[in-house]
Amino acid sequence: MSSEQKGFTAEIRSATGVNVNRCYQCGKCSAGCALSEDMDYPPSVVMRLLQTNSAESYHKILRSQAIWLCASCQNCVTRCPMQIDLPQLMDYLRVQALEKKAVNTKSKKIVAFHRAFLDSVRYTGRLYEVGLVADYKLRTLDLLQDLSVAPRMLLKGKLPLLPEMVKGKLKIRS
Amino acid sequence: MEIGFYPGCSLNGTSLEYAQSTLALAKTFGITPVEITGWSCCGATAAHNLNHELAVALPARVLALAEKQGLTELLVPCAACYNRLSVTQHALNTNEALRKNISQTLQMPLSGKLRILNVMQVIEKYIADKIPAKVVKPFTRKVACYYGCLLVRPHDVLQFDRLEDPQSMDRLMAQAGATPLDWGYKTECCGAGFSVSRTDVVAKLSGKIVKDALDRGAEAIIVACPMCQSNLDMRRPHIDRYLKMKTTIPVMYITQAIGLAVGLSRKELGLEKLFVKMIDD
Ligand code: SF4
Ligand code: SF4
Repeated sequence: MSSEQKGFTAEIRSATGVNVNRCYQCGKCSAGCALSEDMDYPPSVVMRLLQTNSAESYHKILRSQAIWLCASCQNCVTRCPMQIDLPQLMDYLRVQALEKKAVNTKSKKIVAFHRAFLDSVRYTGRLYEVGLVADYKLRTLDLLQDLSVAPRMLLKGKLPLLPEMVKGKLKIRS
Repeated sequence: MEIGFYPGCSLNGTSLEYAQSTLALAKTFGITPVEITGWSCCGATAAHNLNHELAVALPARVLALAEKQGLTELLVPCAACYNRLSVTQHALNTNEALRKNISQTLQMPLSGKLRILNVMQVIEKYIADKIPAKVVKPFTRKVACYYGCLLVRPHDVLQFDRLEDPQSMDRLMAQAGATPLDWGYKTECCGAGFSVSRTDVVAKLSGKIVKDALDRGAEAIIVACPMCQSNLDMRRPHIDRYLKMKTTIPVMYITQAIGLAVGLSRKELGLEKLFVKMIDD
């Protein structure tokens, strides 16, 4: 294995410690991944494409739905014979996709939900679930989706109507 | 006896009954949970998906506050918070530069000595041997104990139970009078945080979990994670549509199930908050 790698596989390695070349394509990650049948590229294929170290493959991965469907469940890394930290790699790839504005168009809802979550925490210091869902709906304009459960959640006292504020939340904003 | 307590956002909102039942059970066994003053969100998954710095800073703030308050053990019922806090503490304890940096940002010391415990660990440590004597109404159901991802992985960091076929919840449920079943989905992913953004994915993954539990003859699914609970319970209409059948198996927190066995009321345990009703025998 050459140690002097160039290109994005080297970047991946220095940022995450993951050496994609160590993957020997056994497929255990894809076999155990609960999300893999919904992914455009299952985890082991993500690995294979990255191993080519070509800009074209990298772009495919950044634009993929797979990186946004990864639920960080850690099943793959737990079972991988080479202990390749795929969830961390996926995490890194998501940040790269955001930075390079290459987010998969079918995954915009997932991104919107994560964004709304973080903004809720920034504003109140705690997650405020009514605000979160409202904010998410504004971002996706998917206004009707959860109307069927929301009234029942309110009735059951599962959605408090006012957010709780944390003292010293400014520190979180930083 | 006192023990530190981190409820986290879910237990303050959509999973009130988990907090309620945990506190009621603790009280029954003479444990007083002490909430961390001024706690904030642990960042859950969104922070590490989008912002790496926040992903460490948010949970680190919680740990620092707990230490400042003089707590040595921290009960964290939410599996997602338990996971985030444990993983963060491990990262801080194994990376001195990171620890210094974060401690400076927060302007609070971080010794890294806090013991972070999930509900099963606290029950096993302080309550388990006292359960049988307190059981007044054995929970005589066949149960599928569902652990999900966050309690057991990453195993090298959490060091909790067995990785592929965990047993602690099964043992505790047996002590409450239940018959825990062998089944195939103990640690499969339920679709986690995709409940709102990809409900179809949750319906499918959670649907497979519910189906296997039913196929093995389970009469209740026992959980210890608010995300698992809400996906398996609140998303039941979607799950039923995916399974093309009407399912009525309840999904309850381990604290609710043990609570019932030791004679706590449905109200004290927040059982009316379940979407799929738990019908008394
Ligand atoms: S389990 Fe590990 S070695 Fe096997 S294909 Fe997946 S990443 Fe490669
Ligand atoms: S962490 Fe992601 S890639 Fe790995 S098994 Fe879970 S969902 Fe699949």
